[in-house]
Amino acid sequence: MLSFILAFRNLMGSGKRTWLNVSVLSLAFVVIIFYNGLLEGWNVQARTDTMAWETGNGRLSHPLFDQFDPFTLADSHGKTDEGLMTLLGKDASPVLITQATAYPNGRLFNVLLKGIDTKQSVLSVPVRLMDSLASAGEGGVIPAVIGDRMAKAAKLKAGHIMVVRWRDANGTFDAREVMIAEVFRTNVPSVDVSQVWIPLEHLREMTSMYGEATYITLSKEGVAKLNGAGDDKLTVSGELYKGWRYEDEDALMHEIDTVIKAKKGSSTVISMLLLCIALLAIFDTQILSIFRRQKEIGTYIALGMTRLKVVGIFTIEGTIHSVLAIALGTLWGMPLLKWIQHTGIPMPSNTDQAGLAIADKIVPVYSAGMLLATVLLVVISSLVVSYIPARKISKMKPTEALKGKLV
Amino acid sequence: MFNKNIEIIKRFHNSHLKAKSRIMFSHNGALMLAVILFSVILPGGSHARSASGEQTQQSGESILRRVDQNLSSKNRVFESSMIIHGRRSTRTITSRSWSEGEKKSFSEYLSPAAEAGTKMLKLEGQLWIYTPSADRTIQISGHMLRQSVMGSDLSYEDMMDDRNLTDTYDSKVVSKDTIDGRDVLVVELTARVTDVAYHRQKMWIDAERFVPLRQEMYAKSGQLLKRMELKDVERIQGRWFPKTMIYKDMLKEGKGTEFRMTKIQFDKQIPAHIFTKASLR
Repeated sequence: MLSFILAFRNLMGSGKRTWLNVSVLSLAFVVIIFYNGLLEGWNVQARTDTMAWETGNGRLSHPLFDQFDPFTLADSHGKTDEGLMTLLGKDASPVLITQATAYPNGRLFNVLLKGIDTKQSVLSVPVRLMDSLASAGEGGVIPAVIGDRMAKAAKLKAGHIMVVRWRDANGTFDAREVMIAEVFRTNVPSVDVSQVWIPLEHLREMTSMYGEATYITLSKEGVAKLNGAGDDKLTVSGELYKGWRYEDEDALMHEIDTVIKAKKGSSTVISMLLLCIALLAIFDTQILSIFRRQKEIGTYIALGMTRLKVVGIFTIEGTIHSVLAIALGTLWGMPLLKWIQHTGIPMPSNTDQAGLAIADKIVPVYSAGMLLATVLLVVISSLVVSYIPARKISKMKPTEALKGKLV
Repeated sequence: MFNKNIEIIKRFHNSHLKAKSRIMFSHNGALMLAVILFSVILPGGSHARSASGEQTQQSGESILRRVDQNLSSKNRVFESSMIIHGRRSTRTITSRSWSEGEKKSFSEYLSPAAEAGTKMLKLEGQLWIYTPSADRTIQISGHMLRQSVMGSDLSYEDMMDDRNLTDTYDSKVVSKDTIDGRDVLVVELTARVTDVAYHRQKMWIDAERFVPLRQEMYAKSGQLLKRMELKDVERIQGRWFPKTMIYKDMLKEGKGTEFRMTKIQFDKQIPAHIFTKASLR
């Protein structure tokens, strides 16, 4: 306890020098929390939105389907198992995909025609209006919904009509007019860019792929139902289940996780640079203290303190910098971080062009684990940089130290 | 908003039905003459089916056979210009092509400088392109086939259908007409197999020279998709041949793409190495 009191008094005695070090370290502390919170916020938002709009909580895909390889689309469709669909009921949403060419306002666009059940509730793609129009439909009009990125690129609005041309299962061209029933807004570009959503039964009829799907999206309850379906339990992700490849949440989120991991790597570099600058200041302060306070060190030893105890006092002195920095950072950083969490960080309009799910604003998420890890990082690293210069004390001769001679 | 959209749909239904009735009056399917002129394919010798006893169908097939005699050859070498009318400007691309039968063809772009040296090889249903700027050969398949060739109205997939019309379509003469002062027979072709690109086509064939002067390709729904106008018919090596063709994607705005044959030689011996991937580089 004496060591702590002594160390704290010595630190306070240093005045501005201490507060300068503490300020720099508190800045590093807050910035590290901000960066990590931002990435965690993006991660949470991207996963939530992607699951809500695109993947659900699990997926049964046609074995040939690869969402990153358009070459697989032509062959990756098959009949859905009737027993399976009956079991899953509303907890599954089959989607059929075919490549097509759209001609909005006389311009040519390569698009994916995606058929979705108009009664489904697994995905957030708006089907209510499409369902009403399909039910009321006479004369073969095909209602469609598109995302606002597609709408902007093709200059389309709700109520507009465009011709869509595609090849059926035999490769024969067909073309029909579709009417944009609704333009939806989503943070997930992969369900929006160059995509036209139409009723599943229409697409099946148009392509002569009756009862077929490219993948079946599952809700949480759907996955649970399959897991509890007698002997036929779900296999591990990536393996076949009744002729369809099962992908769990982790497999479906793999791309997002990889991107976040890469981003965390780059943010770690920035955080570490900032932390190093702050720790360098503590390191310098320690060196200077030991150089200037040799008589004090000699006195401590002459009065009966062991060298190890003196090393401890100086190490604690340095480490208290971090404790003060955390306290100061909490004082000014917490209101700031809370305010940022409240307002969100606006993202540039073209950020989502890379195809990743990014909202207009990212709301940082500060988890307890992340906060604790940051506190430990700052405290332990300052402990280390405080101890390294203090080791010199153990080599000092007390008589020489008392005389104030250099080591 | 919801009710408003329902109203819009109802209004659309009425106009759509009227438009559809206009479209549905005639259905067609097609032979790709763009492909012919482009070097890609020409239907080889036709083999008439004798199944139908109907006079109209026999007439349609015999007319198509005579068209084939004019347009098809064992092999050919030609130079052509492709004039692409864009929204803001017009581009002309010249090329030299070699083709043998229906399944082999090789083209090299000669100008403009940006396209010069680009080579295209069609071999047994597969298509490769070599781009000199990237020094890479890529195979065009899947969704890439739907892309436009050099920004024209022609897509790569238009170049891939290489079967004889008489093998895949039932044909009959439906009427007579006149185009540019020449009497033409209007032949309607309906697919007899399911795996053809166009379910129906319509051809306006010169009644005297047996050269198509117009061709239209329709979707299964009856929507007109493509139209070709063929002009400047000349007698070359004992056959009538159209030297100019205007190819138009009817769903797209614009004036279409024009092909002009500047030089052509039929039944000229072509070295076998031309139709190999090695010749792309």
